[in-house]
Amino acid sequence: MSSLLSDTALIFGRYVRQTLRSKFQIFFGVLMPLLYLLFFGPLLTGLPLGGDGDSWQVLVPGLLLQLGLFGALFCGFAIIIEKQHGVVERMRVTPVSRLALLLGRVLRDAALFVFQAVLLVVAALVMGLRAPVGGLLIGFAFVGVLTVALASLSYALAMKVSAPQAFGPVINAVSMPSMLLSGLMLPMTLAPAWLDVLSHFIPFRYLVDAVRAGYVGEYTGTAMLYGVVVALAFAALSLALGTKVFQRAGA
Amino acid sequence: MAIISTAGLARTFHTKTGPVEAVRGIDLTVEPGEILGFLGPNGAGKTTTLRMLTTLLSPTGGAATVAGHDLVREPEAVRREIGYVAQSSGTDPQVSVREELITQGRLYRLGKEAAEERAAELAHDLGLTDLLDRSCGALSGGQKRRLDIAMGLVHRPALLFLDEPTTGLDPGSRADLWDLVRRIRDEQGMTVFLTTHYLDEADELSDRLVVVDRGVVAAEGTPEALKRRYGGSADASLQDTFLAITGRGPAPVDTTPVAV
Ligand SMILES: Nc1ncnc2c1ncn2[C@@H]1O[C@H](COP(=O)(O)OP(=O)(O)O)[C@@H](O)[C@H]1O
Ligand SMILES: [Mg+2]
Repeated sequence: MSSLLSDTALIFGRYVRQTLRSKFQIFFGVLMPLLYLLFFGPLLTGLPLGGDGDSWQVLVPGLLLQLGLFGALFCGFAIIIEKQHGVVERMRVTPVSRLALLLGRVLRDAALFVFQAVLLVVAALVMGLRAPVGGLLIGFAFVGVLTVALASLSYALAMKVSAPQAFGPVINAVSMPSMLLSGLMLPMTLAPAWLDVLSHFIPFRYLVDAVRAGYVGEYTGTAMLYGVVVALAFAALSLALGTKVFQRAGA
Repeated sequence: MAIISTAGLARTFHTKTGPVEAVRGIDLTVEPGEILGFLGPNGAGKTTTLRMLTTLLSPTGGAATVAGHDLVREPEAVRREIGYVAQSSGTDPQVSVREELITQGRLYRLGKEAAEERAAELAHDLGLTDLLDRSCGALSGGQKRRLDIAMGLVHRPALLFLDEPTTGLDPGSRADLWDLVRRIRDEQGMTVFLTTHYLDEADELSDRLVVVDRGVVAAEGTPEALKRRYGGSADASLQDTFLAITGRGPAPVDTTPVAV
């Protein structure tokens, strides 16, 4: 157990230093959600979006998870490059914990996207967002857990493919429908029945609903419960799958 | 007791175009302290065998004991005892030599200070001291190879695997690397298992050769014994010997880099 912790800290540190070497990467991820905030957010003010809270309380949770969704799903790209340099095998041949090889990386990713989420929320507060502090913190926690889940899946997939060209299309095929079907932009309560039903099969839907509930101060309702359960189960499954891939990569 | 022994070790890859029997059943033993040359043409199954022996790839058949531990049942124990220098480098081009050496030590669970000391010691031994603050991507081919070997030695393994250690190096760097491998073995009594498709390298460096072809062992013995047996006399060229064993043209003897 203590070796898992120290191995994870070691891997985490290595990839944090990697991120800090490219300052550009740290801020680039916030760009897209920031554009939505600036140029799409104002369109929603005053529109009847259903549910509680104003349009910012609906939009910002969606943008936070969008940031996690797109950012984390693409994390695998980096490991394809590392694989080509032989870095992954070099680490796998050492006694380092397989879980730590994955966990160190995804925790770095979670830290990066939570940092970006903070920047986004600060910008949103300037634009007019008002939400309870507890809700804001819950939002960051969901970004972190979502990142752990999706980045694990992304690394697992990237370990399996041999070239970046094979990786991009799969990620795009997953991310776009997930974004549209989970009501990241507009709540699914506005959707016709068939779309609403369909969206219940997309795990992100529960996460968005939970963060939206948090942003209006509803911490103990079913939306929050479902969101927490789905997020944690998703993260646990993804980590288990990812660890397995690190154990048997190349097999 | 043998430090490596395998029985029928095999690996079949399942690909879209059907199964590929990369390694079809390898039986070999390696004694402590020897330099074993695992010689074979490109595609013979050398890397696949090495990746199995280093726990990176699970065998689809057979069994092996490495450094006293069962390969499949005790992979962690095996990992602690072995060093592996792969065909491709294994270092991040953006990271400094120092940082990679220290990280490697810590991956082998050395404490922070011990890892720093070991990095300095290895850098000194392998002539990397002046390069410690350079990024790995800025090293020459020969320097990079020395770094790769240093990475494999961080935890003073009993057994070092080298996959095609001199492929792509110029003649001077190749000779330096041969000296280095001999020195490591002589000073530290380490066992070295190296693959190569260069006959001169196999001849020059190995105490004993295992010739592998199409995924099986085609012949084994000291270079001299193989020459006598297959080449006709002890002064036969290893090239003719190789041809007699595999029935095929061998890899080039010269130092022209060959695509792998
Ligand atoms: N991951 C893999 N998937 C499918 N085939 C593979 C894989 N790795 C190696 N092979 C095939 O197995 C054979 C042996 O490869 P390898 O062990 O790399 O040979 P060598 O190192 O002796 O040049 C080759 O035909 C190669 O194409
Ligand atoms: Mg090879």
